[in-house]
Amino acid sequence: MFSPTIIIEAMINGLLTGAIYALVALGLTLVYGVLHIINFAHGATLAAAMFAVWGLNAAFGIDTYWTIPIVTPAFFVLGYVVQRFVIGPAAHGDDGNILLITLGISILIENALLAGFGSDTRSIPSDFSFAIVEAGPFLLSSARLVGAAGSLVVAILFWLLMSRTDTGKAIRAVAREKLGANLVGINVGHIYAITFGLGCAALAVAASLLMPTFYVNPRIGGAFVNIAFTVVVLGGMGSIPGAMAGGLIIGMVESLSGLLLGESLGQIGIFIIFILVLLLRPTGLFGAKA
Amino acid sequence: MLKVENATMRFGGLIAVNNASLDVREGSITGLIGPNGAGKTTLFAIIAGFLKPTEGAISLYGKDITTEQPHRRAISGIARTFQIVQPFAGLNVHENITVGAYLRHAKPSDAVEKAREVARQVGLEKDLEKSAASLTVAGRKRLELARALATEPKILLLDEVLAGLNPSEIRDIIPVIRTIRNSGVTILMIEHVMQAVMNLCEHVYVLAQGKMIAEGTPTVVCNDQAVIEAYLGKGSAERIARQSAENTGGPNA
Amino acid sequence: MIGRGYLPIILVTLLIAATPLVISSNSFFNFTVLVLIIALAAQGWNLLGGIGGQTSFGHSMFFGIGAYTASMLQTHLGVNAWLSLVAAIAAGALAGLIVGFLSFRAGLRGSYFALVTLAFAELLRVLANASELTGGAAGLLLKLDPGFANMQFSSRPTFMLLALAFVFASLVITQKIVNSRFGAHLVAVRENEDAAKALGVDVLTVKLKAISLSGAMTAAAGVLYVQYFLYIDAGIAFGIWISIEALLAPMVGGRGMVLGPLIGAFTLHGLGEITKSFAGRVPGIDLIVFAIVLIVVIAFASSGILGLLKKLADRFSSKEGA
Ligand SMILES: Nc1ncnc2c1ncn2[C@@H]1O[C@H](COP(=O)(O)OP(=O)(O)OP(=O)(O)O)[C@@H](O)[C@H]1O
Ligand SMILES: [Mg+2]
Repeated sequence: MFSPTIIIEAMINGLLTGAIYALVALGLTLVYGVLHIINFAHGATLAAAMFAVWGLNAAFGIDTYWTIPIVTPAFFVLGYVVQRFVIGPAAHGDDGNILLITLGISILIENALLAGFGSDTRSIPSDFSFAIVEAGPFLLSSARLVGAAGSLVVAILFWLLMSRTDTGKAIRAVAREKLGANLVGINVGHIYAITFGLGCAALAVAASLLMPTFYVNPRIGGAFVNIAFTVVVLGGMGSIPGAMAGGLIIGMVESLSGLLLGESLGQIGIFIIFILVLLLRPTGLFGAKA
Repeated sequence: MLKVENATMRFGGLIAVNNASLDVREGSITGLIGPNGAGKTTLFAIIAGFLKPTEGAISLYGKDITTEQPHRRAISGIARTFQIVQPFAGLNVHENITVGAYLRHAKPSDAVEKAREVARQVGLEKDLEKSAASLTVAGRKRLELARALATEPKILLLDEVLAGLNPSEIRDIIPVIRTIRNSGVTILMIEHVMQAVMNLCEHVYVLAQGKMIAEGTPTVVCNDQAVIEAYLGKGSAERIARQSAENTGGPNA
Repeated sequence: MIGRGYLPIILVTLLIAATPLVISSNSFFNFTVLVLIIALAAQGWNLLGGIGGQTSFGHSMFFGIGAYTASMLQTHLGVNAWLSLVAAIAAGALAGLIVGFLSFRAGLRGSYFALVTLAFAELLRVLANASELTGGAAGLLLKLDPGFANMQFSSRPTFMLLALAFVFASLVITQKIVNSRFGAHLVAVRENEDAAKALGVDVLTVKLKAISLSGAMTAAAGVLYVQYFLYIDAGIAFGIWISIEALLAPMVGGRGMVLGPLIGAFTLHGLGEITKSFAGRVPGIDLIVFAIVLIVVIAFASSGILGLLKKLADRFSSKEGA
């Protein structure tokens, strides 16, 4: 039906996209692992970051990749503030409330983008978006290669941050035993907010890496939130290596089911995986059994 | 009436209950004591159906119930309280107890009335409208007791209902427990407050590190070598015996 | 004598039923019909999420199943509209049973349950968007043919009364449940599953009953929607918008309270209309207001408007007593 070249190319493209999915999922799984909450606003935050990247490019002509040093710290601060001063206080420590508040934030962001920018789809066209690298018989998009490499770099930086720095240690301590961490003098509220900020910062990087090959509109977050949840559930909620592996798998599944089933039915593979994993193995493929 | 035969419960590598057996006589107040972490609460969870034992069998009135779901066992007449109290925090005291009363009374007005009666029995009648979350520790323990009692059980499993209470609160609740038994409910109670165990129980089982190490009347069990050692460490029984010998021999202790 | 809790239901229903006597504006009836449809969908959510504590993010699946069952039976097989309604409600209940059986038996709770319901809804959306039977991306049109037999009414007030009848029924059913043993069990499951089990509550069965009743109610709302607008597509039927509406209304009105969804739906959409009249045609402005209201309610009044009113009333009566 399909030649092996086409299938392998689809798999490689899937892996490249999957690397960015992994980056998107990284923040989600980090926040879950530490705060034990599901951040439903994750997709909408990504959409906001993509608009920020697009806006910086449209207004000041800044190249997409050069927006990284601007949007990353900005979204870190934004995430910190939102967790510290909105989600934390409003939730009264109830997980169900947190889920609903992040749902509220997601509706808020999405519709604020809609009110501000309209429902039009926008992209950043440049020659680089269409540049292609030949690798043997395969044609690969340069921008996607850069995106995948960027994701890998961010994942390594995250890993270094978590394992080598005092902040990372504090985050891990809070993730494991928040009362104990509190007793030894760690400010749990602060660490929560830092973690949330890091999750948003990862999204900002992902947005910059996505924009050359992707487009943005206010509703784009919905598509990503489904994918990110699937990645996180598949990899095991809270597991960073799990998110990386999950991202790659989902990228490939999406690419292959798109090839075999067509655009509109292609997403089905993802939902089915999501539902099956939740029903059969909610701790994920790589998570420990609860 | 209630029989546990060779129950074993493993959590991964840890053996919380190890080949323990127990037999509760109908109409009795039976005690289950043992040091912290002995496996008492785990054994209750097995009896009430919250944990499936790795090995062993549970029977009630000679009928095997080892594989029955917790709610089926409640219907059969087993009611438990939780050591860590589990109130329906968003409901008031009356509503909490009514949930229990619904087990035998499908009609709301009957269940509500039954709940009121049980509240009176355990001394909660003044707190009926209070939110369960606003109760004191003693109040919450009474609520645990009331809810379980409202299911009109044949056997009531009480997990440290006296823990955390002050002496006067304990004094108040002991007659309540005795009255419950006198009304025909068999009681199996886990208790650390020895004064209450001596006072209430006719028969006592002692669990240590998952094993049933002794049983008998409270006085017999309290003087059992193995029991004293389980509580106070190896060699302590001897030491105590020696000390009391010296004390009786010497002038003033 | 009227049983406990029914008097407010009757009063509110009569109040809405009386509006055609004094109001004749079509936009008012359009508004009210939509609010009533949402209130009905939301009552379904409230039964499971508010009273039973199982938060769903995917109630659009029931709404869509109701809407599509009714319209497919009518357009493809020419089944009578009222029979289609019955079938749609049954389909909603069955869908609830299936989804509930799969997820509750797997032990999904809290956020996991919310996510799996969302995934089911999205799955159905993609399928409905692709399938021939559902008209694909173009959706399904019901033939315009007003008349009682077709459950189509050219007079808006009449349709409003029909929707009101459904809402009234849902309120009475919910109140009956709240007053019953099943209602007490459902609340017990919400508050503490282990304690409920210890008291003889069959947790799985209680949840399954709740989710199928919930699915049935929300499916009925979907039927009303197609009967009113005579059109359905995948984005409307299984879209996240109705899942959110069904959840927001009880949250704002008072989750777990019988009149919560209706009060919440009116309040939210009333606010939405007011905002629109100030802000003009800014897209999404009403949803921005909804989102802010949701966050504020959770932060400051977790039991919603009715909860606040109750607190005020308690304070007032205790002052009087003193
Ligand atoms: N679900 C579980 N998973 C793993 N270990 C458990 C679990 N429940 C209990 N344990 C362990 O089993 C042992 C027995 O616990 P259990 O609560 O039954 O003791 P106990 O006799 O009731 O103690 P206490 O007097 O302190 O209440 C303990 O070491 C405990 O840590
Ligand atoms: Mg214990």
